[in-house]
Amino acid sequence: MDHIAHLARLALSDAEAADCVAKLSRILGLVDQLQGVDTTGVEPMAHPLAMTQRLRSDEITESDQREDYQRNAPRADQGLYLVPRVIE
Amino acid sequence: MEPDSIAGLSRALRARKVSSRELTEAALARIGRLDPLLNAFITVTPEQALAAATAADARLARGEGTALTGVPIAHKDIFCTRGILTSCGSKMLANFTAPYDAAVVERLAAAGVVSVGKTNMDEFAMGSSNETSYYGPVRNPWDPERSPGGSSGGSAAAVAAGVVPAATGTDTGGSIRQPAALVGITGFKPSYGRCSRYGMIAFASSLDQAGVLTRSAEDAALLMEAMAGFDPRDSTSANRPVPAYAAALDQPLRGRRIGVPPEFFDAGLDARCEARLREALQVFAALGAEIVDVALPHLALSVPTYYIVAPAEASSNLARFDGVRFGHRCEAPGSIEDLYKRSRQEGFGAEVKRRIMTGTYVLSAGYYDAYYLQAQKARALIAADLRRAFESVDVIAGPTTPTPAFRLGEKTADPVQMYLNDIYTIAVNLAGVPGISVPCGFAGDLPVGLQLIGPAFGEGVVLNFAHQYQLATDWHRRRPPEPAANPAQGGRR
Repeated sequence: MDHIAHLARLALSDAEAADCVAKLSRILGLVDQLQGVDTTGVEPMAHPLAMTQRLRSDEITESDQREDYQRNAPRADQGLYLVPRVIE
Repeated sequence: MEPDSIAGLSRALRARKVSSRELTEAALARIGRLDPLLNAFITVTPEQALAAATAADARLARGEGTALTGVPIAHKDIFCTRGILTSCGSKMLANFTAPYDAAVVERLAAAGVVSVGKTNMDEFAMGSSNETSYYGPVRNPWDPERSPGGSSGGSAAAVAAGVVPAATGTDTGGSIRQPAALVGITGFKPSYGRCSRYGMIAFASSLDQAGVLTRSAEDAALLMEAMAGFDPRDSTSANRPVPAYAAALDQPLRGRRIGVPPEFFDAGLDARCEARLREALQVFAALGAEIVDVALPHLALSVPTYYIVAPAEASSNLARFDGVRFGHRCEAPGSIEDLYKRSRQEGFGAEVKRRIMTGTYVLSAGYYDAYYLQAQKARALIAADLRRAFESVDVIAGPTTPTPAFRLGEKTADPVQMYLNDIYTIAVNLAGVPGISVPCGFAGDLPVGLQLIGPAFGEGVVLNFAHQYQLATDWHRRRPPEPAANPAQGGRR
């Protein structure tokens, strides 16, 4: 549970982790129904549309909206997003 | 004035018997009166709404505009709306003002539709009862002690209570059809790829699709004509022409075939819902349609398949909420890891965290093949069942939900009980085909929904069958009793 929470970047409290163990066990019990299904030779389906990704020509289509976008940033300064020091 | 059908309002607007401003003011007044009880709205936008209504009236005065110009609606709060809070029902985005409009919002605004606000929803659309919303549960207009369903519960309650004639929604596993059924209105999910996902906050990208909650299939057809269509900004948008849905509504059903899968009548289906469904099939038979059995042998796999695929995609999509560029950030982070972990811990609610954990688990090293790959193969089997069925029938009919509306709090203790509520709607999303729920009677005082499913890009067929049913019945005209506006019962936290 700790490993999964770390991969998901969630700081679960002890109470939340305990609740999560109980409920995830129920959910895994549900999804485990698939384990017995014979899927030999079945092509996995990632997506409803049988299509390939469209490509577009490499042209600039967006205008500069940095200020607009950074208005939602918890902390930004002079066009930069601020976070705690990463490199000592 | 009570909102009526879009078709009717459109005629009145064009004949200048009513103005968009009057309709919009009436909708806003009704929100003011009913929303303390229903909690259907997260944000109401009177200023923008009245400005849009004035512009619509000017267009109509010049003899311009479309069939939708001047009609008030509401948008689910999952759609980005420029300059307006777009919370997705989450604390994570409780401070997020969208910098642009979603494609669906843009298209409807261009058609002259007036948005009165943003509707409440399960957090990040993850829920079937509207109880996971950070803004509190929505109440069902038929019984305020009951859930309106979810995740588009606010849109459903607003339409059912006569606040607006229509609202947008999204449907990843039933989030339009299930709430529509539980509040006695029409809910339409088009084929995957029909409406652009641009600006629609992502939950599970291979399943998410925008649609509408309306009073009738005819109104759904009118809205779909404006909402649907190719958009290069969505890499999975379908590049195919949008048919004139409204023009195809009148085709007679004589000689056409409705498939009924015996798998839909399992032990979990409430006897009253089954009885209403059998009566609806009699109506179709009387209209000349032929009712035949079709097999969906892998239907029972759809819930476990969905609860692998959807959380897997959600865990990836929600990785973007990191407390750096937008959304909630924790106080005084000690390091970048601490910033990520505590911001996400504080910003997401319990169900969203559960789905992120489930998705992370099924995608993690050593489990990917057993869970995710196996689910993708099961998904192929379910989609193949539907494709095969549509070789011999025009539409498939079945229940939308196993029971009528359940009580708030009834299913919150066990997530699996809540997930099983989606049993009849999920296969449609896994296969990417269109589906509609229309009212087909009552179980006691609570509405029951009939689901009609069509082949991929067969929106017109589904809407045609639903419309013919609504010409022959009046369940879609039933209204909940006028609620006593009592703010003390409000759902807000």
